[in-house]
Amino acid sequence: MLNKLKRAALGAHTPHDKATAASKPIPMPLPAQVRILMSQHIGAPAKALVKKGDEVFVGTKIGEAGGFVSANIHSSVSGTVAAVEAFRLSNGRMCDSVVIKTDGKQTVDPAVKAPEVTDKASFLAAVRECGLVGLGGAGFPTDVKLQPKQPVDTLLINASECEVWLTSDTQEMLECSDDIIRGIKAVLQYTGIPKCIIGIENNKPECIDLLCKKTKDDSTIEVKPLPSVYGTGAELILIEKCLGREVPHGGLPADAGAIVMNVTSVSTLGKYLATGMPVVQRTITVDGDACAKPQNVIVPVGTAYQDILDYVGVKGELGKVVAGGAMMGPAVENLSYPTTKTTSGLILLSKAAAQPAQVNPCIRCGRCVEYCPMGLEPVEVNQAYAARDVQELGKLHADYCFNCGSCSFVCPAKRPVTQMMSLAKAFYLGEIKKGGNK
Amino acid sequence: MDTKLIVSASPHVRSDETTQSLMANVIVALCPCVVASAIIFGVRALLVTAVSVVACVAFEWLYCKLLKRANPISDLSAVVTGIILAMNVPVGMPIGQLIIGDLVAIIVVKQLFGGIGMNFANPALVGRIVLFISFAGSMNKWVFPDAAVDQLSKATPLAVADPSKLSLLDLFMGIHGGVLGETCALAIVLGLIYLVATKTISIAIPASYVGSVFVFYLIATRDLHSALVAVLSGGLLFGAVFMATDYVTSPFTLKGKLVYGVCLGIVTFAIRYWGSYTEGVSFALLFMNLWVPYINDLTRQTPYGYVKPAKKAKEGAGK
Repeated sequence: MLNKLKRAALGAHTPHDKATAASKPIPMPLPAQVRILMSQHIGAPAKALVKKGDEVFVGTKIGEAGGFVSANIHSSVSGTVAAVEAFRLSNGRMCDSVVIKTDGKQTVDPAVKAPEVTDKASFLAAVRECGLVGLGGAGFPTDVKLQPKQPVDTLLINASECEVWLTSDTQEMLECSDDIIRGIKAVLQYTGIPKCIIGIENNKPECIDLLCKKTKDDSTIEVKPLPSVYGTGAELILIEKCLGREVPHGGLPADAGAIVMNVTSVSTLGKYLATGMPVVQRTITVDGDACAKPQNVIVPVGTAYQDILDYVGVKGELGKVVAGGAMMGPAVENLSYPTTKTTSGLILLSKAAAQPAQVNPCIRCGRCVEYCPMGLEPVEVNQAYAARDVQELGKLHADYCFNCGSCSFVCPAKRPVTQMMSLAKAFYLGEIKKGGNK
Repeated sequence: MDTKLIVSASPHVRSDETTQSLMANVIVALCPCVVASAIIFGVRALLVTAVSVVACVAFEWLYCKLLKRANPISDLSAVVTGIILAMNVPVGMPIGQLIIGDLVAIIVVKQLFGGIGMNFANPALVGRIVLFISFAGSMNKWVFPDAAVDQLSKATPLAVADPSKLSLLDLFMGIHGGVLGETCALAIVLGLIYLVATKTISIAIPASYVGSVFVFYLIATRDLHSALVAVLSGGLLFGAVFMATDYVTSPFTLKGKLVYGVCLGIVTFAIRYWGSYTEGVSFALLFMNLWVPYINDLTRQTPYGYVKPAKKAKEGAGK
């Protein structure tokens, strides 16, 4: 009750359309070519190491990390490099990419072998080598994450998967629980973090049961069921729900004594430590009302959306394609975009479902206020932004928003509240930078 | 594939709740009150309600037609205003006067200030107050249910000199004089349960409002019976459930809602107990409606990760 007085943060009850929860991931037929982006992570883009005509294998390093906060890129297929060229991303920015014609053999690079890990330094070097980044979507390089400046007492595994439709993490837990445990144990062992909590939403009882069974002899790993409300999977909110701590605004999880890793990231790490295969493929949930065969597929990094669509089939008239989850993922306009390490889903919406709702006047019902996981007041931020009132936006903490989409989801007037929040945030931060409008 | 894809900002799924569905919930919640008023006061209650609804919708439609604006009547908010205003007049209210109330509510308070979401006060409430002041005669001409006991045949229970003689059961069932919707506490409570169960409103405002009035009466009279009579009589329950919870004119946060409810309780108690009016709910609501923007400003939520140190304040100076 007292917490609710501080901020309601009810957590939106987004639909639990997890139709593919029981769909075991199957590898998709190899596409004719893949386009591997040199920037699939937060930080500096990688530098391409190959040129046109080079022969590459599965696991061949084709991109070298371009800085401390950066990640290596590996080929996901065997074949010949057809081009190394700039490619325009959906956010408008240009990015180097390596186009590889596949030879269909999927020959594994002979250099791929399990890394020798003996201490913290060799562990971090191995993590850096494999190009692992936060696979939940943020894409923050894992080796950087594992070297916090602050003391950390908990490794949090984010297995809440609160996005509508997505089930790739669910399947990862069911299929690769041993890899997950191996990954967790390695992180705990080499970084010296004393304990691990795996946070799973309680709408996935089979995952909770399985992981509880697998970890019952290990007192350092705890499986924590979480309420199934949207927002739980956001890093900051997960820390609050699992540890009861808040990350100070602008800080890192380590400021609250935690490191958060996505469950698929830690599983991929576990696999890498056993086999030496870097991040070259991932499970993607393909679903939505325009998807003919909703399922989980394993796709090589760099597969074009169009190839995936051709494989799963489109039902009726396609209206919108969302990369990632339906709450936060961007709608794409071009199906030649390739998947990246962080693409967790592809949501195909029919023309009818994609039609924008009619926007009605705000009735000030306050639902956006009640449901904002950050405890913001989107209705007031929207109003202050309409007036371009920098001072008021500051008082309302417009810059705390992380675009979870809860406010737009619950809005009965169907206003684009979240969109206005991001515009307000960008405007506010821009004005602050300029130092104007005091 | 040549089909052009629709691109829009996330999220790409929306809840089923719409303005219309919320208003429909309120209408459903008002039904027990409408039915109770028809049983207690006779079928004319239904006529009054119907006229008020039709008038409100017609005024809204006409105004938007004249100003060539998109017509908002399908959001059902005018229907809600119509029913609530009807529930706020006695059964014998002359139809012409009632329509003037509807005109004030819809045109003056709602549309002239910018339509739904922009009104500074609850439209039905101002409609009622205008009627109350302009047509004090009709508004105070209580028609009494046949079943009513003698002592009630003079005025609303609030004006009865000795409240200890009032039967709480009669009050709860609504067998006494008053305006249409306010008498039957049972019907109002049913409506409240529906609104809270469908999450249309939070119980914070009705609970803190009614609770604080009850506590103040208990302290002032040191008599449980009098305090219960105070809660069950007059427009308190109806106002607390259907009028104080109006979205536009109530605060956003839980903290704000509790402050609002308790302030309503203080003003209502002050008017009823010390003032010369027997009924204080309408004026308390109007008074507090005007304070809502300030309450909102003073009762913000604390965002996640907010740190207060002086350092932060220095940075804030540049904002």
